[in-house]
Amino acid sequence: MQALGIDALFRGSNFLRLLGGLGVTLELSLISVIFSILLGIIFGVIMTFKNPVVKVLSRIYLEIVRIMPQMVLLFVVFFGTTRLFGWNLSAEAACVIVFTFWGTAEMGDLVRGAVTAIPKHQYESSYALGMSKAQTYYHIIVPQTLRRLIPLSINLVTRMIKTTSLVMMIGVVEVLKVSQQIIEANRMTSPNGAFGIYAVVFLLYFIACWPISLLAGHLEKKWSN
Amino acid sequence: MQEYLPLFADAMLLTLFIGWIGVIISVVLGLIAAFIQYFKIPVLRQIIKVYIELFRNTPLLIQLFFLYFALPKIGLSMSPQVCGALGLGLLGGSYMAEAFRSGLESVDKIQSESALSLGMTKFQALRYIILPQAISTSMPAFVANIIFLLKETSVFSAISLMDLMFTAKDLIGLYYKTAECLVMLVVFYLIILLPVSIVGSIIERRLRYASFGD
Amino acid sequence: MAELLKEELLRIEHLRKAYDNTVVLKDISLTVHKGEVIVVIGPSGCGKSTLLRCINGLEPIQGGKITLRGQEIDGNSKDIAQIRQKLGMVFQNYELFPHKTVLQNIMLAPMKVQKRPKDEVEAQAKQLLERVGLLEKKDSYPRQLSGGQKQRVAIVRALCMNPEMMLFDEVTAALDPEMVREVLDTILELAKAGGTMIIVTHEMSFAKAVSDRVLFLDGGEIVEEAVPEKFFSDPQTERAKRFLRTFEYDAVKHHDI
Repeated sequence: MQALGIDALFRGSNFLRLLGGLGVTLELSLISVIFSILLGIIFGVIMTFKNPVVKVLSRIYLEIVRIMPQMVLLFVVFFGTTRLFGWNLSAEAACVIVFTFWGTAEMGDLVRGAVTAIPKHQYESSYALGMSKAQTYYHIIVPQTLRRLIPLSINLVTRMIKTTSLVMMIGVVEVLKVSQQIIEANRMTSPNGAFGIYAVVFLLYFIACWPISLLAGHLEKKWSN
Repeated sequence: MQEYLPLFADAMLLTLFIGWIGVIISVVLGLIAAFIQYFKIPVLRQIIKVYIELFRNTPLLIQLFFLYFALPKIGLSMSPQVCGALGLGLLGGSYMAEAFRSGLESVDKIQSESALSLGMTKFQALRYIILPQAISTSMPAFVANIIFLLKETSVFSAISLMDLMFTAKDLIGLYYKTAECLVMLVVFYLIILLPVSIVGSIIERRLRYASFGD
Repeated sequence: MAELLKEELLRIEHLRKAYDNTVVLKDISLTVHKGEVIVVIGPSGCGKSTLLRCINGLEPIQGGKITLRGQEIDGNSKDIAQIRQKLGMVFQNYELFPHKTVLQNIMLAPMKVQKRPKDEVEAQAKQLLERVGLLEKKDSYPRQLSGGQKQRVAIVRALCMNPEMMLFDEVTAALDPEMVREVLDTILELAKAGGTMIIVTHEMSFAKAVSDRVLFLDGGEIVEEAVPEKFFSDPQTERAKRFLRTFEYDAVKHHDI
C-alpha cells in the first residue's frame, strides 16, 4: 500500500476532504444541470418555431457552444467579467453560468430533436380518434417525447459531472484540487501519493458517472420501441 | 497585442499538432475496439468493454493527471506532449469505438447475407457492402467526436503543456492584458475548430446514408 | 422417359434444421433436376424460407446433406462462396445495396467475385435490365425505385452471375398488389426460358402457372408433393386441403339476378 501511496488517503481527514471535494463537484454539476434542463426545455420549444430570426439566432448560439471549448468560455466569463464590468464573480458562479450556457444549448437541441422526431401520423391518428389538441399533447405527444428525452438528459448529467473537473483550473477547490493538495502535503511521507490518490479520484469519478450512464442506457433500450 | 501573436500562434500549432495526433490515435483505437466488439472476439471483447466504460465515465483531466503524475511513480515517465496525445487518444478511442460499433451494427445482417449469396467472401462483404454503409452512418458521430476531442485539448495546460490556455493564462497573470488575451484565445480556437465544423457538415451532408441518390 | 434424361442438379437428403430446441425442418429430402421449377408453399412458419436459406448455406444445418452437382453445401466450408455463385438468391425485402447505383449493384459481384472483365459484365447487365424494362434506371439509387422495380433489379443482380439455379424467397410478399404482377411476369419468363428454380410464394395462381412440381410444407416436413394440376384441384392430404381453403372466401350476400 505504501509503495502505491494510497496510505496518504488514510492520514488525518484526507479521505473525508476528498469526498468533500467530490461533493463540490457534484453540487456544481447538479445546480448547472437543473438550470440547463429548465432553460433547455424552453429553448428547445422556441427552436421548434418556424421564425427565421429565431432560427438564425439559435443556430449561432448552438454553433458557439458546439465549437468553443467550455474551458475557453470559463476563462472568458471568469476573467472577462471582472475586467469588463468590474464584477468580482466567484469562480463557482462563473462555473454555473458557463455550464448552464452550455447545458441549455445541449438540452435545447435534445428537446427540439425529440419533439420533431414524433411522426406526423401520431398527431393525425390521435385527431382521427376525436382527441382535442390538448388531449393529443397530453396523452400522445408529451409521453413519447419524454421517452426519447429522459435517457438523453440523464446522459447530460454525467457529461456535466465530467466537465465540472475543469473548474479547478480557475481555482475552485473541488475533488481534483483537493487531491493535488493532499499529494502535495504528504509528499514527504507518501512520495508515491500521486499514484494512489489519482487512482482513487479516477475511480470516484467512475463511481459517480457509471451508474448514471447505465441507467440512461437501460432506459433508452427499454423505451426504444 | 502584436507582440503576443507569435506566442499564440506557437501555442496553437502545439495544440493542433497534439490534438490531431490524439484524434488519429483515437480513430485507430476506436476501429480496433469496434471490430473486436462487432466480431464478438472472446476475452478481448470484455477488456474493450471495461476500457470503454472507464474512459467514457471519467474526465480527461483526471486521465491526464494519471498518465502524467501517477504513472512515473511506477516507473513510467512520459513527456507532457506524449501524455497529451496519448490521453486524448485513449479518451477518444472509447468514443470512436461506440460510433463505429453502432455504425457497423446499423447495417442489417441480411445485407451481408445478400452479399454472401452473390458468392462474396466474408471479407468482400465487409469491404464492399458493410463498411461503406457503416462509415456513412457513423459519420455524424465521427465528426462530433473529432470536434469534441479538439475542444478537450483545452485542458492540456494542466499537465504543463504550453498550449493556448496556458499562454492566455500566463499573459493575463503577467501583464493583465485580460481582454486582449481572451479575444485571442477565442479567435485561435475558432481557427482550430471552425474549419473542422464546416468541413464536417459538408461531408455529413454528402455521405448521409439516407441521401444516396439525391 | 423424359425424366431419365434429366440431369440432376440439387439433392437434399434427410435435412434437419433446429434452433436450440425448436425443430424447423424435420426430415426433408428433395431432388431438383435441370430446368425444373419447384414451388414451395405452406403456412407461415412452416420452414419454407429456412429451407431456401439452408440451400444457400446461410443457415447451419443439424443433420442430413445438401449437394449441388455432388458438391456438398456447408456454410462453413471454404468452397461455399464458389458454390453460392451458382445459386442466385432473391430476398423478400430486395436487399439491394443502398450505397450503390442499380448498375453498380448488378456489376459488383460479377467483377469482384468472378473477376470478369468490366465491359462484358456491363453489356450483360444492360441487356438483362433491358429485358426487365429497367434500362433507363441503370444510374438510379435503390431508394429512387419502387418496390417492384427494386425486386426486378435484385433478380437481375442474381442472374448476372449466370447461376445454375435461382432461389426466390417470398419475393412479392413486401410488394403493393399492383407491383406483384411485374415481378411474377419476370419470373415466369425465366421459367419459360428453361431456368431451374425453387420458389417460395403465397401467390397460388402464380404457383399453379409456373411450377413443374408443388411442395406443400407444414410443420417442417413435406406433407404433399404433386404436379400443380393435381395439387390445386385434388389435394390428397387433409392439411393441404385446409391450407388451400384459407385462400377462399364464401359469399355472405346473395343477390338475385
